[in-house]
Amino acid sequence: MTLSLLFEQLLNGLQLGTMLFLMASGLTLVFGVMGLINLAHGSFYMTGAFVTAWVTGTTGNFWVGLLAGTLAAAAVGALVEFAVIRRLYHRDHLDQVLATFALILIFSEGTRWLYGSSPLWLNVPDSLAGSVILPFGVEYPLYRLAIIGMGVLIAIGLYLLISRTRLGMRIRAGENDREMIGALGVDISTLYTLVFALGAGLAGLAGATIGALQSVQVGMGEPVLILAFVVIVIGGIGSIKGALVGALLVGVVDTLGRVLLPDLFKLFMEASAASGVGAAIASMLIYILMAIILIFKPNGLFAVKH
Amino acid sequence: MTQSHSLTATGPAQPARFRLDREGWISLGLLLILVVGASVAYLAGENFFVNLASRMVIIALAGVGLNLALGFGGMVSFGHAAYFGLGGYVAGIGAFHAFDMTPALGIPFLPNGSDQMIPLWLTAIALCGLLAYGIGRLSLGTSGVYFIMITLAFAQMIYYFAISWPTYGGEDGLPIYIRNQLWGLNTNNSLVFFFLCFGLLLAALSFCHRLLGSRFGAALTMARLNPVRLATSGVEPRPVKLVAFVISGMITGLAGALFADLNGFVGTSMLDWHRSGEIMVIVILGGVGRLYGPVAGAMLFVAMEFWLGGLTEYWQFFLGLVLLAVVLFARGGVFGLLSGRSRHE
Amino acid sequence: MNEAVLSIQNLNKRFGALHATKDVSINVMPGEIHALIGPNGAGKSTLIAQIAGTLAPDSGTLWLDGQSLDSLSVAERARQGLGRSFQVSSLAESLSVRRNVMMAVQALQGSSFRFWKPVNSDASLREPADAVLAQMDLGHRADTPVAELSHGERRQVEVACALALKPKILLLDEPMAGLGPEGTAKLTTLLETLKHQVPILLIEHDMDAVFRLADRISVLVAGEVIAHGDSDTIRNDPNVREAYLGDDHAESA
Repeated sequence: MTLSLLFEQLLNGLQLGTMLFLMASGLTLVFGVMGLINLAHGSFYMTGAFVTAWVTGTTGNFWVGLLAGTLAAAAVGALVEFAVIRRLYHRDHLDQVLATFALILIFSEGTRWLYGSSPLWLNVPDSLAGSVILPFGVEYPLYRLAIIGMGVLIAIGLYLLISRTRLGMRIRAGENDREMIGALGVDISTLYTLVFALGAGLAGLAGATIGALQSVQVGMGEPVLILAFVVIVIGGIGSIKGALVGALLVGVVDTLGRVLLPDLFKLFMEASAASGVGAAIASMLIYILMAIILIFKPNGLFAVKH
Repeated sequence: MTQSHSLTATGPAQPARFRLDREGWISLGLLLILVVGASVAYLAGENFFVNLASRMVIIALAGVGLNLALGFGGMVSFGHAAYFGLGGYVAGIGAFHAFDMTPALGIPFLPNGSDQMIPLWLTAIALCGLLAYGIGRLSLGTSGVYFIMITLAFAQMIYYFAISWPTYGGEDGLPIYIRNQLWGLNTNNSLVFFFLCFGLLLAALSFCHRLLGSRFGAALTMARLNPVRLATSGVEPRPVKLVAFVISGMITGLAGALFADLNGFVGTSMLDWHRSGEIMVIVILGGVGRLYGPVAGAMLFVAMEFWLGGLTEYWQFFLGLVLLAVVLFARGGVFGLLSGRSRHE
Repeated sequence: MNEAVLSIQNLNKRFGALHATKDVSINVMPGEIHALIGPNGAGKSTLIAQIAGTLAPDSGTLWLDGQSLDSLSVAERARQGLGRSFQVSSLAESLSVRRNVMMAVQALQGSSFRFWKPVNSDASLREPADAVLAQMDLGHRADTPVAELSHGERRQVEVACALALKPKILLLDEPMAGLGPEGTAKLTTLLETLKHQVPILLIEHDMDAVFRLADRISVLVAGEVIAHGDSDTIRNDPNVREAYLGDDHAESA
């Protein structure tokens, strides 16, 4: 294990963390403001990726595709909120889980119906193709670096949105006291639709950017969704700051664990067994991390009072 | 027949032992349909339909397990695929080592694998109990959304572990070449296997019926309805819930072992989180918190899977629509619709 | 150590800058009704939470019949003999009155991990529950779901649940709140007879009831006990008049 490889993997972890943050921030906002658990969040991720791949394929321009994918995810989010989700705010979590699980089935099978089962391909745009040389002699793909940069910008943007704007003020008011915000005369259902669409748009953006690194296919949102759940459980449900810290923690631990653990086990096991056991343990690592954090902080690192 | 007498206040003070209410008649009818359907199909030489009935029974059993935690204990576990899959892998791994005549898990001092159902079932139940104890201990410190997500996450952990563990097939799964055996019975006979499963379902249902009517059941009911009242009465809610959660995982694990034997195969799809969702859907389709709800739910689910699946490749799209409609408009599930009463609570 | 049944000694609780419980000491003696009064925001709820075990004090100790309660959970305190009722009644709404009371009987017998014998036909649970219900004049309501009870009846059921624990002390949190004059009178009579069976720590807003019932009164203002004594002492205490009785009317609204 050289220092440069470690540095590269650390960047990969940050990049994964960035993606998880885009997913988790939407989930945690929707939970914080509306008290809703949304399993279908991964469907917006998938929507973003599919629309981006399709529009990019049609227009030949990745950036047009990315914009279209993000907006389409936000629009689908707003539509779903209007048609289904707003009937669930006053229901218990079980009903929310089931209804949004039903939405996953509808979205996944509907997409399969439209696009078929074989994956779509989306290429990294030419302007971001190639690599850059970083410290420690690491040659790192420019596109991945751009994702990390985008994540930083979005984190700052969300912070400014929530702390500095009228919409943000309403979001914070909604988190603290749902009755109050209605009494203030804020149009609560518009606010909810906006927040939901914002979360869906962020998920769509994540799906669209990742779509260029992996294949675009049905079900692609689900593993990310479950990782995002782990992130917000670790960070504290409802806390954007928790989502950020949790996302980076999960991204880095997961990525480094997969690289380091097999080598670690090789110190005291024979090589083939070590890589098998190492890989198996590495795949469980973030869940073990979650369990340990829960033992000490049952409500996550940045617990939000409700 | 139903537990509602012992759970709701409006019922008579003594359980109506020999009198069935509407819900009781429906339950009895469902069980009869299964038995008669499987027998007729067998006589007609339609093994496919006998196996379809076995599938209903096994999935119902998994649902009965989840219902104990979810319906009666108020614990919304989104990770019961972990127990279902673990039970399946016990059956698969036992058969694998029995076939190879190697010690279980390849660990030298362990006994050889087994192709006998009874020890496999007992092992599945014991291991699922242990797993549920571990997950329950960690998860029951939280509640609400946390509990849902954490149970989901732990099940996912088991799923990834199974995928990355190459010995037992990893992503490809593990075939069971010869169905496991039970004494002198011919378990390869589809009707014999059906009645085995059916017998276990009945046993689980009557066990749950007794359990819910017992002192433990009273404490569990109170833990769901009002944990503050339970604690103020002098009973800690958490151990009560934990025990119910463990039993719940055990029953679902047993169903998993049967499911693997039914299909002659165990794979990571048994551990997939969609499976957790399906088991939950079965409980809800039938009617949450009704003892026989999962039976109705499983029959409906498997029937839809068969019928819609025959019509279109995208049958889950329609399953999604049905489920959405049930959640939004028919919250009592099948039992709620048929018996004209809304869901408990 | 003294002969008090419940002894609260030097209890302190701070929430940041707020000193919510300030060196509170209260002793409840056998056979007495000890009332705790105080204006809104005096810290009564915080104090009750610490006695019941839902909130850990920063310092101080609690003794029940010579046993320390400090490290015990809510359920363990209940088993030690602390029976309580809630300000907002907390019962299982869909269960019958009897089933609510039977829960406490079951806990008293220490037998919640029996999985087979049906509770519905279990005389060892039903009979003690029915006896308590009869004592509370609730026998005719035993099979009624709590959801169908009147406000006053719920209060009675709460007390019945507490009594079924065979408690060493009853902690009643504003049992008169929301009761009409008739309900208040009924409950007052009941508590008068009950106190010979079990001493009561009564947190109450209704001053008439307090002065009629209480053998001794402690007045809590801003987290601190500012006066102790019988009704007359309290009525004539200038501090109490100033801090409390002066705005009694605004307060009881």
